[in-house]
This record gives sequence, C-alpha cells and structure tokens, in this order.
Amino acid sequence: MNIQAPIKHTAAEEVLFQSCEAANAAVACSEESQKLREAAVAQLRDNGFPTRRVESWHYTDLRAAVKQLSTPTGSRVSTPLLAGSKVLSADTHIAGVKIEPWSADKAQFAPLESDDAVGQINTALATCGSIATIEAGQTIDTPLSIENRGAHARNVVSIGAGASATIIESVSGDDGFSSDVTLISLAEGAKATYVATCEKGADAIQLGQLRVALGKDANLDIVIFNAGGRLIRREIIVLVEGEGSNLDIKGVNLIGGNSHIDVTTVLQHTVPNTVSEQLFRNISTGKGQGVFQGQIKVHQIAQKTDAQMACNTLLLSNDASFSAKPELEIFADDVICAHGATVAELDEDHLFYLCARGITERTARALLVEAFVDEAVEQIENEALVEALETRIGAWLEANG
Amino acid sequence: MLEIKDLHAKIAGTDTEIIKGLNLSVKAGEVAAIMGPNGSGKSTLSYILAGRDDYEVTSGDILFNGESILEMDPSERAAAGLFLAFQYPMEIPGVATMQFLKVAMNEQRKARGEEELKTPDFIKLVKEAAGDLEISMEMLKRPLNVGFSGGEKKRAEILQMKLLAPSLCVLDETDSGLDIDALKIVSEGVNSLRSPDRATIVITHYQRLLDYIVPDSVHVLSKGRIVKTGDKELAKELEANGYTDIIAEAAA
Ligand SMILES: Nc1ncnc2c1ncn2[C@@H]1O[C@H](COP(=O)(O)OP(=O)(O)O)[C@@H](O)[C@H]1O
Ligand SMILES: [Mg+2]
Repeated sequence: MNIQAPIKHTAAEEVLFQSCEAANAAVACSEESQKLREAAVAQLRDNGFPTRRVESWHYTDLRAAVKQLSTPTGSRVSTPLLAGSKVLSADTHIAGVKIEPWSADKAQFAPLESDDAVGQINTALATCGSIATIEAGQTIDTPLSIENRGAHARNVVSIGAGASATIIESVSGDDGFSSDVTLISLAEGAKATYVATCEKGADAIQLGQLRVALGKDANLDIVIFNAGGRLIRREIIVLVEGEGSNLDIKGVNLIGGNSHIDVTTVLQHTVPNTVSEQLFRNISTGKGQGVFQGQIKVHQIAQKTDAQMACNTLLLSNDASFSAKPELEIFADDVICAHGATVAELDEDHLFYLCARGITERTARALLVEAFVDEAVEQIENEALVEALETRIGAWLEANG
Repeated sequence: MLEIKDLHAKIAGTDTEIIKGLNLSVKAGEVAAIMGPNGSGKSTLSYILAGRDDYEVTSGDILFNGESILEMDPSERAAAGLFLAFQYPMEIPGVATMQFLKVAMNEQRKARGEEELKTPDFIKLVKEAAGDLEISMEMLKRPLNVGFSGGEKKRAEILQMKLLAPSLCVLDETDSGLDIDALKIVSEGVNSLRSPDRATIVITHYQRLLDYIVPDSVHVLSKGRIVKTGDKELAKELEANGYTDIIAEAAA
C-alpha cells in the first residue's frame, strides 16, 4: 500500500498528463493495450518525473530538468549516418524484411517497473514507430534506418533465426521533449549491428531506451553515439538469455555546453556461456555533465559468463564532470567479470611531446582527444560505420574543442 | 648558435632550484657532449631548452641564433629548429605514428610559411629515412611509440629528427637501453645530420656513445652547473676515473 500523500505535480507534469490523454484519443487500440497505457499513466501520476531519490536516476534529476514540456520543433530526422541506407517505413520494400504499419497493438506494451520512467512515458505517449521483422535466414546488406518522426516513437525490430542486418536509429536537430523506445529481439543464430545516434539541439530533452533480448548463439553489436541536447538519457536493457550469445556495446558520448548525458545499461546474463563487452569513451567539456550507470547481473545458473565493462572519460574543462557507477551482481561462481571506470584530464606529458615536435597546442589537443575517442570507434567491425562516426566526432570536436 | 647565460631554473610552483647558474655556448657545426652523474640536471636542462612548463627560469637567458627563446612555447621552438630526442619517449595511444609524423612536419612547415607536403612526397621521405634506421613500415603503422621496445623508441626519435631536420639537435641519453648494433645505427643517423650549419648536444653519462659520435667539446654538469669543459679526451678521463675527482677538483 502506498501510504504517502500524493505528490504535487509540476506544471510540466500536468502538461504531460494532458498529452497522455491526447495520445490516447489519437490512437485506437485493444482493451488490453489500453489498460497497459493507463497503468503507465497511473505510475507517472503516482511518482511524477523521477528525481535523484530514485536509485536508478541517482545522477539525473529529470523532474528538475523538465521545466517545460514542448513538442519537438523542426525535423527530428538527421542526414543518414550511412549512405545508401533504406528507411524502415511501411511503404519501403526490402527483400527479406517484413514491415508492418504501426499500431499501438503491435507496439508490445507491457507492465512496467515503477522506476521505468522512460518506459512509462513512452508507453503513455507513443503514436508512431517502425515495426519490422528481418525474416529468418536473410542477410540484409543494405543498412536499414529507423527515423523517429513523431515526438514519441516506439519501434519493434525482430531479427529472425540466422538472419543478419545493420540498423541505424537516429534522432537529431530539434529541441523539445521526446522519447523513443525500441524493442529488439534476436532469434537463434541471428547477427545484427544496432546503432543509436542522438544529436540534438541545446534545449532538447530526449529519453531513449533499447530493450533487447538475445537468443541462442545470437550476436549483437550495439553502437551508441550521443552528442548535444540539454538532457539525454539512453537506457540499454538487455536480457542475455540464449546460450552462446554475444553482446558488444561501444559508445561515445560527447558532452559539451550545458548538456547532461546519462547512459544507463542493465545487462542480465540468465544462462551459461554468454559474453558481454561494453566500452564507452566520453568527452566532457564546457559545463557538460556525463553519467554512466552500468549494471551487470549474472544469474546463479549463468556459469562461464564473460562480462567486461569499461567507461573512460576525458574531462576538458574545470566545469565539466562525469559520474560513473558500475554495479555487478554476480550469483554464479565460475565467471569472468571486470569493470573499470576512469575519469582523467588530457595527459600533459603527451601534450608536451607533441608540441615539442612543432605541433601547436590547439592541434595537439585535438589529436589527443580524437585519438582517445577513436580508440573505441576503431574497434567497430563495419568500416563504413567507423568512418561515418569519425567524421561526426571530428566535426563535433571542431565545434566544441 | 646556442648561448646559455647564467641560467637559473626551478621546478615550477616550488623553491627547488635545479639549474644553478649554468653557462654553455655551442657554435654552428659543433657537437657538444654534456656528461654528468645521475640527477645532475641533464634532462632538466634539455626540457628547459624544449620549453617544458614544469620548470621555471628564474634568471639568465637562452639565446638561439641570437634571440631569446624563453618566451616561446614548445611548438614555436621546434618550428624555429630546436629538437629534443627524449630520454624516455612518450607512448601515445590512439595517435598513429604516420599521422603524427605528417602533422608534425606540416605544422612546422606552416609555421615557417612553407607549403604543406603532399602525401606521396611525405611517404617517400619517411620510407627513405626509416630504411636507413632499419625501422619497418609495419612499426610506423602502430600508435606512436606504443609497444615499441626501448631501442625502437630511440630509433623512432632519430627518425623524427631526420624528418624534421632541425638546426639544433639535443639528444638526451639516446644511448641508454641500446645494444651495440642499435647504437651504431642511431649514431650513423645522428652523424648523417652533421653539417656546418647544424649543432648537436649529446647528453650521456657513458663515454661509449662518444666513440661513435665524436664530440668537439665535452662539458661536465654537476649540481646544475657546468663545472668543467674540455675536448673529447675529457670524456675518456671521466670514463677512466669517474666523476668524483673531477667534480671535487672543480669545487676546490
Ligand atoms: N619535475 C620534477 N619534480 C621533482 N624533481 C625533479 C623534477 N625534475 C627534476 N627533478 C630532480 O632534479 C634533479 C635532476 O634531475 P634530471 O634533470 O632528471 O637529472 P639527470 O638527467 O642528470 O639524471 C633530480 O634530483 C631530480 O629528481
Ligand atoms: Mg636524465
């Protein structure tokens, strides 16, 4: 029983509830979906936006950050990261890919944890998204892209047994309040690269969640790229539930100006013989605030789990900060788990060495910063992706360095 | 070419003086050896020449081609023609050696108002210089100095020196950690740069290197000062008798 007095809602929360009603009216769905949406709204009404008192939001005070709720202005769609990619929309035809028109009933709403604010907001507000299935056994060479056009998109991407694909979800440009949740499943032996990029305007609040389930012998590379925005929260929640499956996450967060970027990963290894590796490289400059929360849970039966997590940050200004909180909960005894988080400034010795060779300090700094970030990017298998990301990183550093 | 006048320098932000009234003059075409026991201030002197801000010059001056360099930052000094081969070259992860070489050469050219090198010309220059030093192109594909052996690092320093073609070369214990074959390769590299308009300062505490790079003058550094100057025979004397006598004699 909740014996606490109901909270007093902020003006932004009141607007949120009105938006929920509007979304509800705009989208028809089954009674079951309807109940799930209402339950999400009820959770939001009970708790409001999360504050730092909620453990999973310890470094990000969403309630304080959301002063106004404005819908995104301008285009939410960016120039494609990879040239030649095809958009997953109901009117695209790609052999081996089944694309269905979006409906709330296909959006796979589900009951949500009380602290899953991103899930709740998205469940309550989603009105669009991509519903796509890569059919079993199909190898899709063309990169696929997901464009989150509405303010609140909910995507479902299913990768069939033995299929493989590269998918890029990107949001950019606009300001305003938005949320994107993507449910990704890989069936037995499926292989995919999933890229989520977020390059937002300086006033944007963007909440993103990837909710992933990995089947037997499935192989997923996730690439995260965040740059810009007022407040970005990127959650990656993965159930590593198929034996022999392999998860690799590479992430780059470029945090400058007044940006607050929070990446929160929650990995559960529930079966034996699985591998996960996470590597984040972050730059925090200006008044940028970065957060990494990395939780790895290894269930008791999940023997021979190999879970590695590293998060390295370069601080480039006195007002910049980065908080990292690794959290391992290991109930199996025969596992290899390691985590490391470092926050450092540019190495003055390195800088001196480069300058002593005639490289100006400005160029030397840029070289070192770029090298630091690129070390994560270069480990990505897809060459075209590496190049595309390095170009974006270079441009950001040029503008913010 | 280089004139150091009554130089005093301390560790920045402290009162610890390391260079205590040092005088030294090196002419164009000259190879000067600086020898001295561990901790006498040899590396500190080389860092101060290169402009490292861990040290603060409190009095005296350093003239390079007649002009004071004290107000110049490290990259300006390098572009003006000063090169320091580090005793401990830094490993710099993520920065590819080739990229570094190209940026360094072009930044120096830019600072001197010269045209940037075109990639094929650059590669040709590197291949030639690397071949002489027995440095493989494979090694140059790696990040700068990362995972290089001690000897490889020293050879890489000389490679940089050859490519940047400075007018004043300062070599800080380039011989340490080198086996005899590597020592010969490195010495040949240094000797190939000897010319009437270029000066070299060889810092070492063993005479061995000076059999290969024969100096015109030898200076003994002790406790932050040059306490004795002589010709190459002085180095042999030091090798035979050690530093103790000469330093005591100078102090007397
Ligand atoms: N940055 C520094 N901080 C503290 N001590 C230093 C620093 N640089 C040099 N020293 C001290 O100054 C003395 C001279 O050092 P160094 O120049 O490296 O000697 P050498 O190269 O002749 O062996 C040593 O006692 C050394 O410990
Ligand atoms: Mg030394």
